[in-house]
Amino acid sequence: MQQNEFIKIVSPFKDKLFRMAKRLLVSTEEAEDATQEVLVKLWTKSDTLSELKSVEAMAMTMTKNYCLDQLKSKRASNMTIVHNNYTDREPSLQQKMEDSDSLSWVEKIINDLPEQQKLIIQMRDIEQYEFEEIAKILGMSEATIRVALSRARKTIREIMTKTHNYGIG
Amino acid sequence: MVLDRIEKLIEKYFEGETSIAEENELKVYFSSTDVAQHLKQYQAIFGYFSQAKEQQFTQEIPLETKKRNIVMWLSVAASVVVMLGVGTFMYFESNKSQQFASCSPEDNPELALQQTQKALALVSEHLNTGIESVSYINEYENSKNKIFKK
Repeated sequence: MQQNEFIKIVSPFKDKLFRMAKRLLVSTEEAEDATQEVLVKLWTKSDTLSELKSVEAMAMTMTKNYCLDQLKSKRASNMTIVHNNYTDREPSLQQKMEDSDSLSWVEKIINDLPEQQKLIIQMRDIEQYEFEEIAKILGMSEATIRVALSRARKTIREIMTKTHNYGIG
Repeated sequence: MVLDRIEKLIEKYFEGETSIAEENELKVYFSSTDVAQHLKQYQAIFGYFSQAKEQQFTQEIPLETKKRNIVMWLSVAASVVVMLGVGTFMYFESNKSQQFASCSPEDNPELALQQTQKALALVSEHLNTGIESVSYINEYENSKNKIFKK
């Protein structure tokens, strides 16, 4: 397979891979690295890609697995560099402004969800995959996904209404 | 009417039972300016979903142009060349030695005789030189006989 052919196949969903990686890894740089890693892996398999039903689903699964591995190894090494000793513990003005922005609140709430719910919210509410596709990517049943999705959405609503009410009261 | 429908959709949404089309309806409704007051709390959620979809992967895809394969083929080609070289060398070498073997007595008895005589002469010549170099030992015998006269 030629390089430009491969890029043509990949480019419709490479942003989706990136957004999913970012949802899991949070940091933009790490998400970029992860996306590149997955795409390179996909390229080395490019000869067998034509046999697949959906390259996109395969790529999404690879991204998910790669990011979860990444998170696991990060937790296992247990090295957190704490260098905020000398900085002002108060959130910066910028941060305060952002916090008041309710969109970033939503992002924070989603990022605090368990990983599986994060993935499902990402794929359903942001990328708008069908349940069938999500089930294939995550290797779970559609019913389980519906339950997890409903739970995640309700959690977001709950926290949102709480902060909403704080704003008023 | 519209509000009724939206409220129902929201209920369904939180149960995880809406279809993609219905979710899009919700997104469109919440991105409009006239959202009912009691539904404003959901505006941020749907607003965020639309916004989050805008993020793009801007990095280049670092595809190697299968360099490893080229290196592999190069090494295969190099080894083939080396094998061929060694093979032809061996072939010509063995041909040379076969030139001697080929003149068997049946083919050419005269040449065989000549060659054999040559070889034998060579052997005897060398033998003679060996004997010459030993001949001085006789001198010991002579001087011994002089001293110990019988």
